[in-house]
This record gives sequence, structure tokens and C-alpha cells, in this order.
Amino acid sequence: MENEAIMVPSPMTPCRSVIIDPKLCNGCNTCVEVCRSDVLLPNPEKGKPPILMYPDECWFGGCCVGHCPIPDAIRMEHPLNQRVGWKRKETGEYFRIGMKNPPPPNTRPPVG
Amino acid sequence: MTEPKSNQAMEWPYPVNYGKENEVSADVLIIGGGIAGCHAAINAAKRGAKVVVVDKGAVIRSGLGGAGVDHWHLACTNPCSKVTPEEVVEIETTKGLSPYFTLEYGNGITCYITCKESYDALLDVEKMGVKVRDVDDEFVGAEFRDEQTKLMFAYDYENKYFIRVSGGANIKPALFNELKRLGVKIYDRIMATSLLTDGGKQGARVVGATGINTRTGEFYVFNAKATVLTTGAPNGLWIFSTELGGATLFQEPNLTGEGTAMAWQAGAELTLMERSSAGLASGGFHYPMYGTGDANNTWFACTIVDANGKEIPWVDRDGNIIKTVSERYRPVPGQKLFFPYLAFGGEFRGPILTPDLPERIRKGEFKLPLYADLPSMPEHERRAIWGLMVGNEGKTRIPIYNTYSKAGFDPDKDMLQASIMPPEAYPFNTWWATYGPRQWRSGGFAAGGGLVFDWDLKTTLDGLYVGGMAIYSGGSHATSATAGRYAGRKAAEYALRAGEPIIKRKQVEEEKARVYALVRRKDGIGWKELRAGLCRIMQDYCGEYKSEETLKMGLRWFDSVRESEASTVYARNPHELVRSLECLTHITVGEIIMHASLARKASSAFLEFNRLDYPEIDPPEWNKLVTLRLENGDIKVGELPLNYWLLQPNAPTYEENYKKHCGL
Repeated sequence: MENEAIMVPSPMTPCRSVIIDPKLCNGCNTCVEVCRSDVLLPNPEKGKPPILMYPDECWFGGCCVGHCPIPDAIRMEHPLNQRVGWKRKETGEYFRIGMKNPPPPNTRPPVG
Repeated sequence: MTEPKSNQAMEWPYPVNYGKENEVSADVLIIGGGIAGCHAAINAAKRGAKVVVVDKGAVIRSGLGGAGVDHWHLACTNPCSKVTPEEVVEIETTKGLSPYFTLEYGNGITCYITCKESYDALLDVEKMGVKVRDVDDEFVGAEFRDEQTKLMFAYDYENKYFIRVSGGANIKPALFNELKRLGVKIYDRIMATSLLTDGGKQGARVVGATGINTRTGEFYVFNAKATVLTTGAPNGLWIFSTELGGATLFQEPNLTGEGTAMAWQAGAELTLMERSSAGLASGGFHYPMYGTGDANNTWFACTIVDANGKEIPWVDRDGNIIKTVSERYRPVPGQKLFFPYLAFGGEFRGPILTPDLPERIRKGEFKLPLYADLPSMPEHERRAIWGLMVGNEGKTRIPIYNTYSKAGFDPDKDMLQASIMPPEAYPFNTWWATYGPRQWRSGGFAAGGGLVFDWDLKTTLDGLYVGGMAIYSGGSHATSATAGRYAGRKAAEYALRAGEPIIKRKQVEEEKARVYALVRRKDGIGWKELRAGLCRIMQDYCGEYKSEETLKMGLRWFDSVRESEASTVYARNPHELVRSLECLTHITVGEIIMHASLARKASSAFLEFNRLDYPEIDPPEWNKLVTLRLENGDIKVGELPLNYWLLQPNAPTYEENYKKHCGL
């Protein structure tokens, strides 16, 4: 263990709203152009992922995720204080958004 | 400034040009490119007008309805409907629980227009490529589907006047493409800051607007023969928290009241500004919208079970227990129709969960938490609630449907948990909205205040038309689409015969000076601290209980903050400039609400309005609309009868007024 510590200002908010995967994002800035409140700003370095500058102004509409041309390059992350649970009727198992070892994804698309 | 300078300050990524002026001319200027604004633009352009749309966000997805819609209200003229516009508007306006708004929280004019044209607006959207019907035949044989037209209905399956929109999440991009196809000029990322009037005079014809680019800080002067205000209603006046933001906001963060404030400054008449509500839309403690188990609204009429799997009974209007799922979607024998949003009773109430649920929870008969038992629902209903409605409603396609599906939620197997609330809260709508402090209020939504207008959707100012939720007592997605459509026609009609707009240079210069004062300051208060402080003033002095003394103290606080802290608010980039200007709007709108609250010298259950100094609830002489406007800087208080739209100089029936004014 190294006794290293840094001094940084308090994090501004408990939410990150969206998570961008820098390995998948090609920096096209579609999400930046769709966002209604300029939560994301373009990276000064061309081709790099946008900067999540104002996450606390995000409405969680998800339009940035919906318009992203690369699957999974950007995803929504509900803050912990807004994560919801559910119960499997047959087994009584309890699951929730954000749990460790979640059940396999449900791949059925929505209507429309 | 107290923020550490080492906090990775980066150069602003957009070119900044404070003060640079851009001039734009139009026949019809639309302020706010949401659902109403887009329909207004399309219909004005189709009438040959040169149209410009200005939006604080990006029109492709902006506005309260920008992320989607799941069901279309009052489509009385669809081929399957068993009710007529005249029948519905009569019930909506006279059989409700409040004389101030209709059963759906609308006003008589836009309610009737919606009944007449909402199906046409839906067909417009379908022509733009949005899936409206069950074209993929996924719901063949479902009770709510008409086999011939493939239309699908919500709520009242007997009368078929609410339509489920199969691909509602895709509407906004389709509207955006249609604007481009029609040659409408779109100005994204421009916040309108003021209306320009003939000669710069308050109360004169509106001849355009000013705006500021949210990324570059450039200034815009729009001159227009007619203007349509479709900015939405003021939001977030009582609550601001960066710690509880995001998904907890019911209305979208750009709706900060610029439209209301600029119309007020221009001299337009406003009404119902004193109304605010707790509960729904109170914000702050929400779960993601539609993202908990529920039985109401989009989730109507899901089976609900308690923690032990015991089913909560559904009851009909007359209090009888409903035995089948199918009957939850039908009026009782002898009932003409039912409305889905009536939790409290009355002739037209629909099926609800048993109203004695709170006491039965208290007695231990039902154990919390409750769950939405989707697996027990018939397959078509389950898919309609989760796949269609939650899949397409505003803010649900990505945040709820996709996010929950990825996390493994399966409606065929899983029961979604409802929020845990005080037992009394369950008979109310929308459990995801949970329960906040009573002084955390919201105005604007669900029959809130806004602009007064007539059968042309014209405000009290020449050249200024209104649509969407900028009107007083605004309504749903369908109402916004329909009223926008109508306002676009009327504005174009006016513009094509109106004289050239003449802009008074002095008015532009004064607005520029006001706007750019903030970027010249180097030190002072940040916009977040200011906004939170302004919310505190609303909570304390204009909260659940009001009196002459507290309202006047509130006005004094606003005055004092305006000359002290608010005159030091600074902006380090165009984004902060916009957020700071919104705070100044907040003061203006807060003051309007306090003045309106002072003018109504009576308490009202209908308006959720409590005056400690006038405790009598809804005395008959106060059953009227209180109006306010500015004249030469002075506030003029007036009144309007509750059904002014059927009184002189208007015709006595909805049909006659519509025929005379609709422009079709």
C-alpha cells in the first residue's frame, strides 16, 4: 500500500448519467449534437470521445444513446439512488438494476 | 471565484463571439421547436409562409415530447371511435371535478380543437414515416386492436378514442425531417431572450424576438410578421438540486419559463399563474419516469400484487370488484365512456385499484412492497404495457425499456417493484413520482398558468400566437401537436396579410446590454447557488400556504436578490451565460406567480391554492380566471369567466366557434 493521496474538489453530483466506452467511441459527436442541454462537449482532440461536462444537467432522456451509430459505445447509468428492483414470479429471486452477477439480458426489442 | 483554478480548466470547444449580431427574417417565427412548435412550423410552411424555428436545444430531439409518446389523446374522429368531439368536450368541460380545467387538465378551446383534429395530426405523423398502427400484425386478435384499420387503442376499449402509437419514440426525428423537407429554417441552440414589439412598446404588435447562441454566445435578431410561442411551461421554480437531478426531473431542464417571461414583458395577458401542485411532478425524489411498477397512466391497467403475491382488487366506477382483466378496459353498463385520469370519483371515472387500499395496507392485509405482476397479464396486454407503452413513452425507450432489458428484466417472468410510499399515496397516479415535501411544488404542468388566448390561438397581443404548454392549462402530446398545427395555420394566415415588421433599435440594444452584462463580470455568485436560493424563496414565501404578508415578503426578497446577488451572477462561457440568464427569468416568473397569488383573495381546492388569510375554500364569487398583464410597467389585474370561450364575442357553441376560426 502506498501512502499517496491527492486533493480534488468534491464531485459535483452523484450521477454520471452516461458512460462512454473509449475503446468503441469513434468521436463522431452525434450524441453531442442530439443532447438537448449540452451535457456533452466535443473533445478538443478530434476523433476522441466527447467530454461529460455537465452530467447534473442531464434529463436522462437517452436520446444520445438512441442515436449513437456504434452499439454500446455509450450507455445510460441510472444513479444508485434511482435503481429499481424486481422479483421473479416463479422463483422469488430478487434482482435489481446495477447488481453484481445480473441475470442474462432480455434481447426482445420494443414495439415499433 | 472559489473553485480551485487547477481543476482542469479547458478551453471552450466552440468559437465564442459575444455580441456579434445575426439578423434573420421570417413570415412566421416559431419559438420552441418541440412537438407544438414543429407542427406549427409544418402547417405555416404548407400555407406558403417563410418559417423559422428557434430552439434552445436541438430540434431533432428537443422538447418535453422529444423522446417519445405512447398514446394519443382524444382521437374522436378516428374511424373506430364511438364518441363525437361534441360529446367529449361537453363531458370534459362540465362534468369534471374542477371548473378551472377539463378532465384532462385542458381548457375548452384546445380540448375541442384536439377532439376535432388530433386524429388528423396523428395521420400527418404517419405520413412522415412513423409507425402508428400494428402494421407488423404483432397484436392480431388483441381486444384493443381493430382488425380492419390495425389501429390499437388504450384505456376505454369500448369507445376507442385513445390510440396507442406503435412507434411513438420515433416521432421527433420524423418531424425534424419534415421541417427540412419543407424548407423551414432551423436555428438550434438559440435561447430566445425577449420579444420585440412595434415601436418597442409594451402591449403593441409582436414583430420578432432576440436570442443568444448557447455555444457561441452570438446574438440573434429575428424579425417576423407573426410569432408562435411554443416554449413549454416554466419548470423547476421550487426545486433545484444538482444532487437529485437528472431522471428525477419530470419536465425537461430547458423549460425554465423564458416564453412566459418574455410574453409578460411584452405585455401579454397571463392567467392561472397562481396554481401550483405538490405530488406529481414535484421532483427530487422520483424514480425514473414509468420505471417502477405501476397501475396507472402508461401502466393502465396492470395487475398489482403485494409482497406475498396477493392481488389488489380492481373496482369499477360503482365500487364493484372487477373479475376479469378485460373488464378493466370497459365502462360499466350504462356509462357512456370513462376517462383514465380520474382517481377520485364521479360519473366518468374508470376502473381503479380499490380505493380502500391505504387502510388495508395499514391493517396488514396487504404487505409492501407492491409489484406490477406483468407475468399474470394476458400476453397481448403485457406486451402492450411493457413493449409498446413503456417502449415508446417520453423518456422510456432507452432509459427504461433498453436499460432494464439489458439488466435482465423479463416481463414474461418478472414483477417490477413499485416505489415504497406512505399508504395514502397509492390511490394517486404514477407511483414512480413518489412523494415529496409539500412545499416542493410545480407549476405549469397539469393545468398550470400561461398565456390567455382566443379561438384563433392568438394571445392578447397582435402578431403573437401560442401553442403547446405555453398556453394556460396546457395538455398532452396530442394536444400540443394539434394546437400547434392550428396555431401554425392561423399565424401564417395573419403573416401573409400583415405589414412589414419594424424593429426598434433601442429595444435590441437594451436587450444586448442586459444579456452581456453577465460575461463582463469576473467575480460574484455562480448560477447554481443563485438558482437554489431563488427556489428557497418560492418554497418559503409561495409554498403550500400563502398569505398577503408572506407573498409580499417574497416579492421583497426577489427585489433584494435582484439588486444584490443576481446582479453579480457571472458566466465563464456561453453555457453558463444561458443558465445564469435562466435564473433572471426565474425571478420574473416567480414574481408573476406571487402577484397572481396576491390577486386571488380566496383559497381553492381546485387550484391547490391555500391562502391562510382567506381560508374559505372556493367561494363561488371566486370561480373565475384571474388575469395579469403589464401596461407601461404597471401590473393590471383583471378577470375572465371560466368558460369565456363560449361567451360574447364568441359564439355559444364549440362547433360554431371552430367552424368560424379553424381556417380549414
